[in-house]
Amino acid sequence: MTTPVLELSGISKRFGAVQALSEVSLDVHQGEVVALLGDNGAGKSTLVKVIAGVNPADSGEIRWEGRTVQVQRPSDAQSLGIATIYQDLALCDNLDIVANLFLGNERIIAGVLDELEMERKARDLLDSLSVTMPSLRVPVASLSGGQRQIIAIARSLLGEPQVVMLDEPTAALGVEQTAQVLDLIERLRDQGLGVLLISHNMADVRAVADRAAVLRLGRNGGDFQVEDTSYEEIVAAITGASDNAATRRAGRVTVPGTEGA
Amino acid sequence: MAQQAPISSPAGQSPDAAVHERDPRLVSDTLVSLGLFGLIARRLRGGELGPLPVIIGLVVICAVFQTLHERFLSPQNLSNLSVQIVAVGLMTTGVLMVLLLGEIDLSVGSVAGVSGAVLAVAAVNFALPEWVAILLGALTGLVIGVIHGTIFAKVGVPAFVVTLAGLIGWQGAQIYILGKDGTINLPYDGAIGYLTQTYFEPAMGWGFAVVAVAAFAVPSYFGERRRAAAGLPHKSVTELLVRTALLAVPVFGAVAVLNQFKGVPLAFLIFVGFVVAFDLMLRKTRYGRMVFAVGGSAEAARRAGINVDLVRISVFALASTLAALGGIMLASRGFAVSQSTAGGDELMMAIAAAVIGGTSLFGGRGNAYSALLGGLVLGAIASGLFLLQMDTSVRFMITAVVLLIAVILDALARRSRKTHARG
Repeated sequence: MTTPVLELSGISKRFGAVQALSEVSLDVHQGEVVALLGDNGAGKSTLVKVIAGVNPADSGEIRWEGRTVQVQRPSDAQSLGIATIYQDLALCDNLDIVANLFLGNERIIAGVLDELEMERKARDLLDSLSVTMPSLRVPVASLSGGQRQIIAIARSLLGEPQVVMLDEPTAALGVEQTAQVLDLIERLRDQGLGVLLISHNMADVRAVADRAAVLRLGRNGGDFQVEDTSYEEIVAAITGASDNAATRRAGRVTVPGTEGA
Repeated sequence: MAQQAPISSPAGQSPDAAVHERDPRLVSDTLVSLGLFGLIARRLRGGELGPLPVIIGLVVICAVFQTLHERFLSPQNLSNLSVQIVAVGLMTTGVLMVLLLGEIDLSVGSVAGVSGAVLAVAAVNFALPEWVAILLGALTGLVIGVIHGTIFAKVGVPAFVVTLAGLIGWQGAQIYILGKDGTINLPYDGAIGYLTQTYFEPAMGWGFAVVAVAAFAVPSYFGERRRAAAGLPHKSVTELLVRTALLAVPVFGAVAVLNQFKGVPLAFLIFVGFVVAFDLMLRKTRYGRMVFAVGGSAEAARRAGINVDLVRISVFALASTLAALGGIMLASRGFAVSQSTAGGDELMMAIAAAVIGGTSLFGGRGNAYSALLGGLVLGAIASGLFLLQMDTSVRFMITAVVLLIAVILDALARRSRKTHARG
């Protein structure tokens, strides 16, 4: 198998009395959608923040295209080619769409902002995503939730990343917009990007993910090929039913899952 | 990555007009399509007031004072007014940068005072060249600003408290530096005095006006042409002409009036120069974008890779440096620095001017011109009441009412923006 574009091993992170992550490993290959699954508090968001450089890990190793790298700040992750779209979008409400798309990554001509180039590129980008916006110069505060999500995803693509991390991208979206986002994820994969999809929604995961990595209480809880794995197996891994220590609970926990399926 | 190209430039994008057709829900808000009054009405309803209320306020104030005293709009009084507002105006320019971050700087008055004291001690007691003294005064502000900004950004002490300590502490430093006498007189005929005593020949004044208007019109015209060529929404030539005229009338009018007295004052030109420079910096540079981003959402800015701490420290450094320049102007106008220099209402007036000019106290909204407009409003009130021989008590009460009106307008605009979902 080829070298993963992004590979983590032995990642640990502690917040006060809480060991949020312990010895977590994860890898993402080019042209692959990896779903990162886990119950609330399993450490998904913490892991995303470690990779994005927002909250660096206490210990562990991050390898990028095979070589060890330090990711201490968001700009480290960005310059490697890791783009992150957070659950709360992290847009500046007072800035317009173009300004938000290029925030921290502005195009400069002769020392000043190249608004023309940025607006043209923003328009082309949004057109390519089949998105229509009322105007590119309205503050993002005036946009709907779905539009804001698409702006957030579009922004991450401008940096020409190799790995895109999406934190619950469809959580607040309607049916049509969810389908658009899933289409977009598939398009990213087809273009050779590695996608790390954090989601609670098993339907989304089964629709687009190639692999599912499960976190359970801050530890690796399993790594599945989505094609060969049943819904119940993944749910069991998320809920901890497959933990060795809890095998005797397995029957009780998996049964309701099977009933539901 | 070659295979990624389709993301930024889709294959079927070319001249396919249908792709670029505008969303049918899109509202048009250009000057030509709506007419001037239609545009104003929409902006007012949407809570985007811009500079309109303060301009109307300024016109009303001038009209009232002119009816009460025939010399209010005389060239001499307006010329004096233009120099009087410079010191506080420079302080306002700095304060509004801090307000854009959503923070406040209470120390600008004391910083102006201590910088003035450093200037006077350097120029008189140490007999340094006056330009060196001016430089030292400005440097004092810079260092103080870096201290304030670092304590705020790195340690996490609220800016309100850091600058409150600065308000008290730097005033103490001012009194300490000035020593037992408490007052240091400055020479009339030096670089410091010239700052506020120099007036330009009428021809040079007209030259400034022509350059200013051309510097607006020419880049605007070519900018819009480039936008048109790129197929982006752009303003028509008619609209550009209207906008240029709206700028040219006050600029040439001001020069005409000032030329009837002594000419365009250097101090006023310095002030306007700083305002224009800060406006360009805020709107056209990456740094300005960062300031707005931090003011809008510090977390979003941080995640976008912006060094939020550095932006905060630099803004406080700019604010204190401009406060120091304000202090130097105060020293220049008074030919002296005393224990009470900049210790009066300068701080309150600087913050009030920024808010009256239209910079929001809630952060992320405002522009550099609010320093000029707000300064003119407060300066006009002070000047008019002086002519009418009313004392400070009346001025404070009237200023308070104007400030309240400005804050109420800001709050209403903010609420209106919320209901119109415009942030």
